[in-house]
Amino acid sequence: MNGNESTHSAHIIPLSVYLTIASILLFLTFVTVWVASINFGAYNLVIAMFIAAVKASLVALFFMHLKYDNKVYMIILLISIIFLAIFITFTMLDTLQRGAIYDQKAGQIRESATMYDTVNADSALVGDSANIVDSTSMSGK
Amino acid sequence: MSTATATNYLNEAKGWKSWLLTQDHKRIGIMYLAGIFFFFLVGGLLALIIRWELFTPAKDIMEADTYNRFFTLHGAIMIFLFIIPSIPAALGNFVLPLMLGAKDVAFPRLNLASWYLYVIGALFALYSIISGAADTGWTFYTPYSTSTSGSVVAIAVGVFILGFSSIFTGLNFIATIHKLRAPGMTWFKMPLFVWGLYATAIIQVLATPVLGITVVLLILERMVHIGIFDPAMGGDPVLFQHFFWFYSHPAVYIMILPGMGIISEVIATFSHKRIFGYKAIAYSSLGIAFMSFLVWGHHMFVSGQSELASLIFSFLTFFVGIPSGIKVFNWVATMYKGQISLKVPMLYAISFLILFSIGGLTGIFLGAVSVDVHLHDTYFIVAHFHYTMMGGTVIAFLAGLHFWWPKLWGRIYNETWAVVSCLMIFIGFNVTFLSQFIMGAQGMPRRYYTYPEEFQRLHGFSSVGSLILGAGFLIMTIYLLHSIFRGKKVGRNPWQSLTMEWEAESPPITHNFDKDMVLEHGPYDYDIVDAKYTEEGTL
Repeated sequence: MNGNESTHSAHIIPLSVYLTIASILLFLTFVTVWVASINFGAYNLVIAMFIAAVKASLVALFFMHLKYDNKVYMIILLISIIFLAIFITFTMLDTLQRGAIYDQKAGQIRESATMYDTVNADSALVGDSANIVDSTSMSGK
Repeated sequence: MSTATATNYLNEAKGWKSWLLTQDHKRIGIMYLAGIFFFFLVGGLLALIIRWELFTPAKDIMEADTYNRFFTLHGAIMIFLFIIPSIPAALGNFVLPLMLGAKDVAFPRLNLASWYLYVIGALFALYSIISGAADTGWTFYTPYSTSTSGSVVAIAVGVFILGFSSIFTGLNFIATIHKLRAPGMTWFKMPLFVWGLYATAIIQVLATPVLGITVVLLILERMVHIGIFDPAMGGDPVLFQHFFWFYSHPAVYIMILPGMGIISEVIATFSHKRIFGYKAIAYSSLGIAFMSFLVWGHHMFVSGQSELASLIFSFLTFFVGIPSGIKVFNWVATMYKGQISLKVPMLYAISFLILFSIGGLTGIFLGAVSVDVHLHDTYFIVAHFHYTMMGGTVIAFLAGLHFWWPKLWGRIYNETWAVVSCLMIFIGFNVTFLSQFIMGAQGMPRRYYTYPEEFQRLHGFSSVGSLILGAGFLIMTIYLLHSIFRGKKVGRNPWQSLTMEWEAESPPITHNFDKDMVLEHGPYDYDIVDAKYTEEGTL
C-alpha cells in the first residue's frame, strides 16, 4: 500500500513529567481564580481565555501525548482551531461592528439588542431585566 | 468480457440480509443510489406541484401555508437528502476504491453505519412531513423558525443525523485516499475525481459539525428558550445565519466539487486526451475548499450584517471565481484538438460547462453588495442557485451516472433515448430557470405563492419548462431501469478510459479486482498508452 504505514509505538513519559504538568495546571487554576478577583475591564475575558488555552495545550501536549505523536494529529488540531478562529473572528466583525460605517443604521440595532449595551452590561449579565429593556442610552452611537 | 453467469458483487450473495448487512462499498453505493433516487423523485414532484401553483397568480391548488411547506420540503429534501449525498456517498462510494485499486474503503463498517444514519435522518424528515411539516425554508432562519407552528424540531433532528452520515463518509474517504492507493499511485497520479472527493471530504469533516451545533442551538432555542438568537435575552438572530452559512456555504462546495471531479474524468475520457493543467485542477479543488470557508457572509448582505463585514465578505467572494475559472478553462482546453466523442456522458459534461458558467457568472453579480441589495430574495437568486446546483451538480451527477452505469451493472442503456432525455433536460432546465433570472431582475420576490399579473407570462413559461424537465427525467428513469435487466452487455472498458476502475470486471467482483493492482500508467496518459499500443501493433 502506498503512504506511510503507522510505525508509532506507545511513548512512555516519566512520572516526573506528569507530576510537573499537574503542578503547573494546579498553579494556573489558582491564577485563574486570583485574576478573576481583579477587574481588568475589557481584558477580563482575554486573560481568562489565555490561561485556559495554556492549560488546554498542556493537557493536549503531555497528557494526550500530542507532543510525542505523529505530527499529522498536531496539524489536524491546529487546522480545527484555525477554522474555529475564522468563524469567531468573522462573526465578531459583524456583531461588534454594526453601524461602524453608517451611523444612522446603528441606532435601531442597538436599541433592540442588549449585547451593545456596554453602560448596563454588568447588571444585564446578572439578569437585571429592567436593564435589558432599557438600553436606549447607546442609540445614535 | 463479463458474462451473465460470472460471479460479481450483485449475485455473489442473495437475500435482503446480504444487502442490509453488507460491508461492500459497491452495494452500499447502490443502496445510497436507491435512497437518493427516491428523494429526488419526492423533491422533484414537490417542485412540479410548486410550478403548477405558480402557473397563474391565483390560488390554483393550495393555500399559502401549504405552499410554504412545499417549498421548504422541496429545498430541504433536495439539499440534505439528495444533492449532498448524491455524488460522494452514492457514486463516490462505488467508484473511489475501484479508482484507487483498493478492495474496499478504509472503514467498511463505518461506511454501512453512515448509510443507516442517512436512513434514520430521512425517517425524521418524513416524520416531520406527517407531523405538520416545516414552513421556514430550508435555511430555518430565526426568529421565524423559533416561533412557527410548523414541525421544525423533527426536521432539524433529521438534518443533525444526516450531518453525521456525511461526516462518516468524509472521514472514511480521507483515510481511504491516504492509505489505500495502489502502489505507484502518488498524489499527482490520482484521478481528478479522487481529488474532488478529497477536497469534499475535508469540508465535510470540518464544516458539518457546525451544522450539528446550529440545529442543536435552534432546537434548544425553540424548546427551552435559551435566548442565543433572541435580542431580548442578549442574543442575536443574525448569529443563526452566521452559524448556518458557515456550514452551508462550504456545503455548496461539498455539492459541486465532486461534480467537477466527474467532469474532469468525462471530458478527458471522451476527448481521449491528456487533461490540460492536471495540477492546476487539483490545486483549484483545494483552493475552492479553502475559500469556501471565507465567504459565507455574502448570504447576509441585507440581513443587518455590519457594513464592514459585508465589504470584506464581498471582496473575498470574488476570489472563488479564480479556481472555478481555472477549472472551466482547463476543461475547454482539454477538449481543444481532442478526439471528441459525443456520447451521453460527454453531452452532460458539455451541458455542465454551459450551465455552470451561467450559474458561476451570475454568482459574481450577487457577490457585489450593491447589486445584491437589489437582487436579494428575488427569483434571480432562485435561478442562480439552480444553475449552480442543478445545472452544475445534478448535471455532473448525471454525467457520472451515465459514465459509470456500465460499471455498476455490466449493461448499458439505450443511447438514443439517453440523448433524447439529455436534450429534454437541457432545454427544460433552461426554459424553467432562464425566465426566473428575468423575473428576479424585474423584482419578483421568491417564496410567494402569488404574484402581480405582469409576471404571469414568465411564470407560465417557467412552469412549462419544468414539465419538459420532468418528462426528460421520466424517460431517463424508464431507460435506466430497462437497461439493468435488458440492456446490452458491456466489457470492462466500454469508453477506453485509463483510470483504474475500468480494469475491473463489469460489474466488478466482490473484492473488486482479480489481482493486486499496481499503477502502470497515469490516469490521463492517452498519448503514452496510444503510442505504446501503436508500437506493439495492437491498435
